[in-house]
Amino acid sequence: MQPMQPDHSGPPAIDLQGVTKRFTTPSGGIYTALRNLDLQVAPGEFCAIVGPTGCGKSTTLTLVSGLERPSLGSVKVHGTDVTGITPGVAFMFQTDAVLPWKSVLDNVALGPRFRGTSKAEANTNARDWLRRVGLSGFEDRFPHQLSGGMRKRVALAQSLINEPKILLMDEPFSALDVQTRAIMSNELLQLWDLTRPAVVFVTHDLEEAIALADKVVVLTAGPGGTVKATFDIDLPRPRVVQEIRFEQRFVDLYHQIWEALRSEVDIAYAQTTAAQAKEAS
Amino acid sequence: MTVATSLTASGDTLEVSANERAYRAKSRRRKVIVLLTQVAVLVVILGGWQLYVGNDSRKIILYGVPSGIASRLHTWVVDGTAIGSLADQIKVTLEEALIGFLIGTALGIVSGIALGRIRFLADVFSPYIKVLNSIPRIVLGSVFILAFGLGIESKVLLVIVLVFFGVFFNAFQGVREVDRNLIANATILGGSRWQVTRQVVLPSAFTWIIASLHVSFGFALIGAIVGEFLGGAQGLGVLIKNAQGTFDANGVWAAMVIMGVVALLAEWFITRLEHRLLRWRPPQLSGPDL
Repeated sequence: MQPMQPDHSGPPAIDLQGVTKRFTTPSGGIYTALRNLDLQVAPGEFCAIVGPTGCGKSTTLTLVSGLERPSLGSVKVHGTDVTGITPGVAFMFQTDAVLPWKSVLDNVALGPRFRGTSKAEANTNARDWLRRVGLSGFEDRFPHQLSGGMRKRVALAQSLINEPKILLMDEPFSALDVQTRAIMSNELLQLWDLTRPAVVFVTHDLEEAIALADKVVVLTAGPGGTVKATFDIDLPRPRVVQEIRFEQRFVDLYHQIWEALRSEVDIAYAQTTAAQAKEAS
Repeated sequence: MTVATSLTASGDTLEVSANERAYRAKSRRRKVIVLLTQVAVLVVILGGWQLYVGNDSRKIILYGVPSGIASRLHTWVVDGTAIGSLADQIKVTLEEALIGFLIGTALGIVSGIALGRIRFLADVFSPYIKVLNSIPRIVLGSVFILAFGLGIESKVLLVIVLVFFGVFFNAFQGVREVDRNLIANATILGGSRWQVTRQVVLPSAFTWIIASLHVSFGFALIGAIVGEFLGGAQGLGVLIKNAQGTFDANGVWAAMVIMGVVALLAEWFITRLEHRLLRWRPPQLSGPDL
């Protein structure tokens, strides 16, 4: 089977043009999270966004999902302006966002139930997805009875059951230990292959970004983060996340992207230390 | 080699279980000691009281005496009180407290969640609620007696007023404290505002609401008793008022004992409800004794 390719022919799945996002801070000041950001993601494309802390990576996701509106610029999804919660979008959060008072099955069935599917049908569908993420037999558990990795699988099934055209992921595996993280990354790629949504994957971890993505976008240090550079990752798929990092092409790409990222990380670090020094004095 | 290892391993297991046995025996012993001390404290207090008052009839009138309280309770149970059987008095007071408690709690939850979820309502009503909360609401009892008479209505209203605010503030705060991520997640999964309120906000706020119910039921009993005290024909509050009027300290204490038993039963019931509703929560691990 020929692996599917990102579809660049039609309108992009995600299209951000000249986006600026400002927040009012509690003290009344203005904080510019993003400044004049352009980003396009094709249908079926896996795009990773890397950048130092506070560069507006997560803000980008909230704009695409419709949780926030841009201050300036346009946010389009499949050619349509985003005005509310974008339909066909799923969001995986950094922290656990599964409902702790619902069983695993009810959590996964939540999306279809919200959309008016009958309980029986939603449960059948949810069982299907639980099997796909390897959680058969855990339907009746509460989230607190599962390990961190298993909770992430629940969240993944909960997102994918809606068969989203776009999957937004905000450092979803950052709370996991290194081994679990690699396993989850692999499973993410396999699951992604089933429905091939466009993915925006935000991470601090450059290795993770290269191993997963078709395209890595480096943002500049905040405040007012914007795109510094975009790199196409031409590593062949299917990939094995744990092993791909030993390949020469991976190492070359890593060097190349790290060159772009390093100065931004230095700037961000200098800013935080300066801010702390100011607070201390 | 293998044998030696397994021997050591089983030796280790034995050692651990011996330790565990010692630990269990210790914690059992500790429980017994705690219980005995508790009984001793009670005996010292009641015995001291009994000895101090003795047969001095002046002191009995002023302070009451444990043996007198016990015989008063016995008379009430066997022969009934001056205003009817004891069971009827308890029933009247409990009825007032329960009806008021249920209505007050329901109103508190609904308005707390409405104001917590709808910013406009919160902005409009918050000054009124602050004012209402700052006045001593027990005084409203007199107003209700004047307006609604000596029947059950005035007491139920007083209970509602006392219960409402505690539940309301906790529900309101509970809604404010809901994890933003949970709301965002449910919204993106396709939940409408009502669905999110029903399935995310309400269960999350319940931790707070339940906590307020423990205190609120105490307030409900106080409201019912004070209401009867201010004006009524039946109930434990009337018993207390009559006892006070006839210099019968034993009667006051006896009514108080009954109230205590009722409150403990209610507390047990609310704790059961709490466990049932919050069974999704991870069990609290016992920490080191401090």
